[in-house]
Amino acid sequence: MTLVQALLRSPVVAALTSPHGVDRYLELVNPMWAVNEIRARVVRVEPETHAGAPVATLTLQPTGSWPGHLAGQYVQLGVEIDGVRHIRCFSVSSPASGRGGRITITVRANPDGVVSSYLVGRARPGLVVHLSRAAGAFTVPEPPPRQLLFISGGSGITPVMSMVRTLLRRGYGGTITFLHYSRSPAHQIFAGELAALPPNVHVHLVHPRQGGRRLTPAELSRLMPGYRDVDTWACGPAGLIERIQDAYAGSDRLRVEYFRPPAVRGPAGGEVIFTRAGATVATVPNSGATLLEQAEAAGLAPTFGCRMGICLSCTSHKTEGVVRNVRTGEESRQPDEDIRICVSAPVGTCAVEIPVPSR
Amino acid sequence: MTTSPVTSARPAAPSRFTTRARPPAPARSTPPTRPVMLTAEQLAAFGAELDAIRQRIIDDLGEKDAAYIRRVVRAQRAFEAAGRALFYLPPAWPLAVASLSVSKILDNMEIGHNVLHGQYDWMGDPDLNSRGYEWDTVCPSGQWKYSHNYIHHTYTNIVGRDRDLGYGLLRMGEEQRWEPRCLGNPLYAFLLMLLFEWGVLLHDLEVDRIVTGERTWADTRPLHRGMLRKVRNQTLKDYVLFPLLTGPRLLPTLAGDALANLVRNVWAFTIIFCGHFPTGVATFCEEETRDESRAHWYYRQLLGSANITGGRLFHVMTGNLSHQIEHHLFPDVPARRYPEIAAEVREICRRYGLPYNTGRLSRQFFSVEKKIFRFALPPAEKTTGPTRTAAAHRMADRVRGIRRQREKFVGTATVSRRVV
Ligand SMILES: Cc1cc2nc3c(=O)[nH]c(=O)nc-3n(C[C@H](O)[C@H](O)[C@H](O)COP(=O)(O)OP(=O)(O)OC[C@H]3O[C@@H](n4cnc5c(N)ncnc54)[C@H](O)[C@@H]3O)c2cc1C
Ligand code: FES
Repeated sequence: MTLVQALLRSPVVAALTSPHGVDRYLELVNPMWAVNEIRARVVRVEPETHAGAPVATLTLQPTGSWPGHLAGQYVQLGVEIDGVRHIRCFSVSSPASGRGGRITITVRANPDGVVSSYLVGRARPGLVVHLSRAAGAFTVPEPPPRQLLFISGGSGITPVMSMVRTLLRRGYGGTITFLHYSRSPAHQIFAGELAALPPNVHVHLVHPRQGGRRLTPAELSRLMPGYRDVDTWACGPAGLIERIQDAYAGSDRLRVEYFRPPAVRGPAGGEVIFTRAGATVATVPNSGATLLEQAEAAGLAPTFGCRMGICLSCTSHKTEGVVRNVRTGEESRQPDEDIRICVSAPVGTCAVEIPVPSR
Repeated sequence: MTTSPVTSARPAAPSRFTTRARPPAPARSTPPTRPVMLTAEQLAAFGAELDAIRQRIIDDLGEKDAAYIRRVVRAQRAFEAAGRALFYLPPAWPLAVASLSVSKILDNMEIGHNVLHGQYDWMGDPDLNSRGYEWDTVCPSGQWKYSHNYIHHTYTNIVGRDRDLGYGLLRMGEEQRWEPRCLGNPLYAFLLMLLFEWGVLLHDLEVDRIVTGERTWADTRPLHRGMLRKVRNQTLKDYVLFPLLTGPRLLPTLAGDALANLVRNVWAFTIIFCGHFPTGVATFCEEETRDESRAHWYYRQLLGSANITGGRLFHVMTGNLSHQIEHHLFPDVPARRYPEIAAEVREICRRYGLPYNTGRLSRQFFSVEKKIFRFALPPAEKTTGPTRTAAAHRMADRVRGIRRQREKFVGTATVSRRVV
């Protein structure tokens, strides 16, 4: 197998299959044969919860080209719905994997969501999806500290669960404090497994809407005295993360992961001109938000994926003007260039050619 | 008034919205000399009807279109694999060549040309996306996209702007000044047919303008690397690796690969010339297209192209460019939709009294050949055509401006390919 893989990866095979590449031929024989790209077959779809928006865990068998992942990392998953490929990020919920190893993702079906509701409601075993390599620095260092604090909210439990599972599988002997916020016990993802964790994992399941205590510095101190000096990982909705960040202000022990990046703005002023196929489709005053958000506010529906500048789904052609990358602050003023509109905010007047929406 | 079959549309006084053209034969009849007059309202209504067709198709795109293009890709890869494999079987040599030819034709036309137009960008599949697709021919797709999608489809048949009008090599209309070298028209056309993929590759260098001193060799430098890399990859596989892999049958394989490329060249040339140069296809001068409305753009696209009739398989093998009119009206709509739109477009044209140029392959081809020979010769009489007027010189200045813009574009799009 490795010999075949090495052969298929050789420059000679690349030259023979130019310009399309070897994967374009292999996939036609078997979608699970790939040497450079990564795909995965859905082998199981298991419901986790039914209260509110349903949650399901999908077990994926990746191709041999999957290099594995570290606990806490995410993948970009591409799935074809009505002929259109949509890309979204999902944290791997299963423990760390090796080359070609099985993984799971756990998805909450957003009622207006294209991908999450498809994966939870319509995906069946046998479906083949596209994967990126795993990415993200929301991981536990080697060797792991003796004291760990995990805080998660809602579906933000997924990367944390991967970390806990990985640590326990390796016989971690330290202490884990695991604080999770959800709406009600019926909304609790992984409820059975959480109840059966060994004694060195102190689990606190909190339901603030049902009278549970909200997250405050005092509450954190009660559960974990001296929490600001404990290595902490937090993942959840923006509001929760904000409160945690306030509680850790000045401490360098907190790492956070966002499922939806917080809104960041550039300066307002000037105009944004959106064109499609060369024709102007909308002209709006520049509000300072990202070009993707401004396009959506103008009633256009440009293609997007991760909304955080990693998948390139939203790549558009800027014909005029200056844009600022809202994550790095870097400004770019080339007249003709490809930009990721999800992380680009216009600085003054700007003209952008946006791709046809994926519906 | 000349009886020239070349229709030349010129602006008519007094309203600049009134468009006038001597139309070609709607069917087989002789060209009427009556100009086509559309009032501003009619022109706008005509444009709105075409917009409505486009919107309807765009809204309906989905699963079926995705499945179709994937089926064509699967067929192309199967023909390719079969072609390569059959070279090991000496008696099957003609079959191998045929199979490989079909593969290259499908790859370049129904897949490559159409994907590079962005017809399938909505699928979000990076392998079928105009940003990244590379085709089985020597011209790098990024460079072709510029000269074709931008220059040719935007400035279709505008004399002095659309470099596909004669490809800077042929004299295809009386608006182009006759020079003694035009006597070679039929020979140039024949060579271009045999070497079409190389012609497409070199098109971007604009050698004709280097010869006339309007452009320097140094101006073409940003293109060289991409060209050389693609030429190396294509020749390495077709003329070195696959022949070597067949061992003692090296020479027959080499000849077979060359023949398959030749078949594709002749086919592509034929389809493209029959879509653009049959008798009756109009050319335009720049004034009438300045500040052009979208409706007028449609009008120009319609008058600037011609269709070829044929069966379903024929249409697929032409990449549906047998529906050149629909392609020029809706360049980014998946080509498999053109046949279904065609009847409607034709009916609209009938209602507005606009010509719809269509005919059998043999008829369109003969018509193109006639033109190639006719324009090899100097004009018989003094024409009133806009040969080298002050306007033409002004136009040349503007074209130079566009070219400067283009060099910039090629620089960012194909050389540095940076996404910010
Ligand atoms: C690193 C990372 C890891 C993730 N891990 C998981 C996970 O483990 N489990 C899980 O269930 N989800 C996870 N997500 C979220 C996931 O990627 C999707 O965003 C989510 O599933 C919704 O996608 P959708 O296609 O269903 O909804 P969409 O169709 O994308 O969105 C539904 C509606 O919300 C709007 N919308 C979406 N995002 C925004 C925004 N930022 N601002 C304004 N409007 C917006 C859309 O325009 C649309 O109207 C993760 C996200 C990231 C970035
Ligand atoms: S949406 Fe992923 S990069 Fe913009």
